[in-house]
Amino acid sequence: MTALLEARAVSMAIGGATLVDAIDLTVNSGETIAIVGPNGAGKSTLLRLISGDLRASRGAISLKQRDLHAYSSRQLALHRAMLSQHVSVSFPFTVEEVVHMGAGDRGRAAAEPLVEAALHEAGLADFRHRKLPTLSGGEQQRAHFARVLVQLACGEAAHGPGLLLLDEPTSSLDLRHQIDLVETARRRAANGTAVVAILHDLNLAVRFADRIVVLHRGAKVADDVPANTVTDDLIRTVFEIDVRVQRHSDGTPLVLPQLMTAIGPKLQETS
Amino acid sequence: MTADADAERKTATPRARRSLRPPASFTILCLLTALVCAAVVALTLGAAGIPLGRLPAALGFWPEHPVNPLTSRDQLVLWSIRIPRIAAAAMVGALLAVSGAIMQGLFRNPLADPALVGVSSGGAFAAAAAIVFTDSKLGESLRFMQNELLPLAAFAGSLVTTVILYAIASRAGRTSIAIFLLAGLAIAAIANAGIGLLVFVADDRQLRDITFWLLGSLSGATWTKTATIAPVLALGLIACLWIARGLDVLVLGEAEAFHSGVDVERLKRISIVLVSAMTGVAVSICGVVGFVGIVVPHLLRLVIGPAHRLLLPASALLGAVLLVGADTLARTIVAPAEMPIGILTAAIGAPFFLAMLLRQRGLVAL
Repeated sequence: MTALLEARAVSMAIGGATLVDAIDLTVNSGETIAIVGPNGAGKSTLLRLISGDLRASRGAISLKQRDLHAYSSRQLALHRAMLSQHVSVSFPFTVEEVVHMGAGDRGRAAAEPLVEAALHEAGLADFRHRKLPTLSGGEQQRAHFARVLVQLACGEAAHGPGLLLLDEPTSSLDLRHQIDLVETARRRAANGTAVVAILHDLNLAVRFADRIVVLHRGAKVADDVPANTVTDDLIRTVFEIDVRVQRHSDGTPLVLPQLMTAIGPKLQETS
Repeated sequence: MTADADAERKTATPRARRSLRPPASFTILCLLTALVCAAVVALTLGAAGIPLGRLPAALGFWPEHPVNPLTSRDQLVLWSIRIPRIAAAAMVGALLAVSGAIMQGLFRNPLADPALVGVSSGGAFAAAAAIVFTDSKLGESLRFMQNELLPLAAFAGSLVTTVILYAIASRAGRTSIAIFLLAGLAIAAIANAGIGLLVFVADDRQLRDITFWLLGSLSGATWTKTATIAPVLALGLIACLWIARGLDVLVLGEAEAFHSGVDVERLKRISIVLVSAMTGVAVSICGVVGFVGIVVPHLLRLVIGPAHRLLLPASALLGAVLLVGADTLARTIVAPAEMPIGILTAAIGAPFFLAMLLRQRGLVAL
């Protein structure tokens, strides 16, 4: 495996407050990484640093063995695609037009198959002519996900496996589409894409990630396979709640907050 | 089960409702036809009426048999008064509509308009200052180039206002609609106070010059002025095609535009310069004419969608049609006197703007 992205001792401080504190992170091609942590842990800041949107106060980030800020925004877009948390569109673009924006200045004919594939992957084929502002929050989020998939595919066609960054991609999605999105991201990873996603649902993170990075107050407190990161002690310390982490028969962790632990044993019996 | 649910979803909701948009070539063709029609009507109407039958001869298309004694008068009216005025009206309309459309893209806000948020006023203030200055003892040496100085001053004034506006209203890649409109209002008030001060200190001759185009009128249009606008419009339209995709993506927000590979800072700089240059030149020709920049792009978005590659050239054409029509109305409605065109566009545009605002109220939290 080759390191697609390498962050070394990256810190970000704004006005005396340290948002991200000396974080090391290596992301390999084909890997899926979930970043978890409580609100204000620095997850979004870390992702924006990796995306090149923010410049680190200290430390260095390299993408494909080249300094992140040596890329122009245009070149960078060919190697990494990023889905932000809140994207609002104030003009009546249709779903298809928005997804098409991912293709950059490629001609309509060249981008068409990619747009078509992304629309189907996001389950939006029937929505293509709807105007984006008329859709629900979850449907809009899927449209932006499809747009980012098109951008990724365009870049990968020319430059090989890229980096896909997702900032809470499932925040407005129903259960079925959360799982769809995770599956889609994993399929991309199987083709060599490195995927880094911020997720709040720990059980979804376990299902999605090869590695889970746990952030707490700007620092990285764990970075390992889900079975080693999602443990009683760590979740209690970081999220300050009482949880019981149970194990599926294959050893995959299942997080049950304390209020739900009462029904825990029953669930274990049925599984 | 899932298949059932899928089928149900497809049939139960009007998901597949199509929003078909006319092809680009058809749109441009329709607008070109409308522009030609508006121009022909504008040619025939006015203080000296030239009926359609006499028009070809007056334009010199073919010689007349027998020669009509009125033809030479018609020719004089057309070539030295009416045609330069129609050309100026069309180009000013195009400039205003395109700068409105770019500004709306830049601020991600369909309610942006150079006249409404003080950019035109900034230009008008600078141009008024230029009039007073070149007419004073101090600037006497520059008086011979007043014609060239006026558009430059208006451009500079518009540029300063747009930059200030952007700095105030845009924070962390987001633009607050409320702050934007209020800041625009304040900037317009400051610029208008400045104009008031200039009017106060101006002597009679300067005063006549200033009020002449402050009211907004194309009656001063000459071939020289037309020649000043043409290159700005041509350059502006070429630049528009260059920034069209960037403006589309900018609608997603500055961060998303950056992630999609757009050099956001450069796009913003180009857009601000374009809006300022186009508004400034338009202001220097005919004063503050409001609402063209807001009405035209909005109407077009309803029909052809918001993609800037087509919206910008289409705005230029519809803006031209609208201003040629409005100017013809201004020339004829109270003939032989003339109504300032700014009053006409405001009378049509302001209610339109209010209607848009009321519709938006439900959608966007101001």
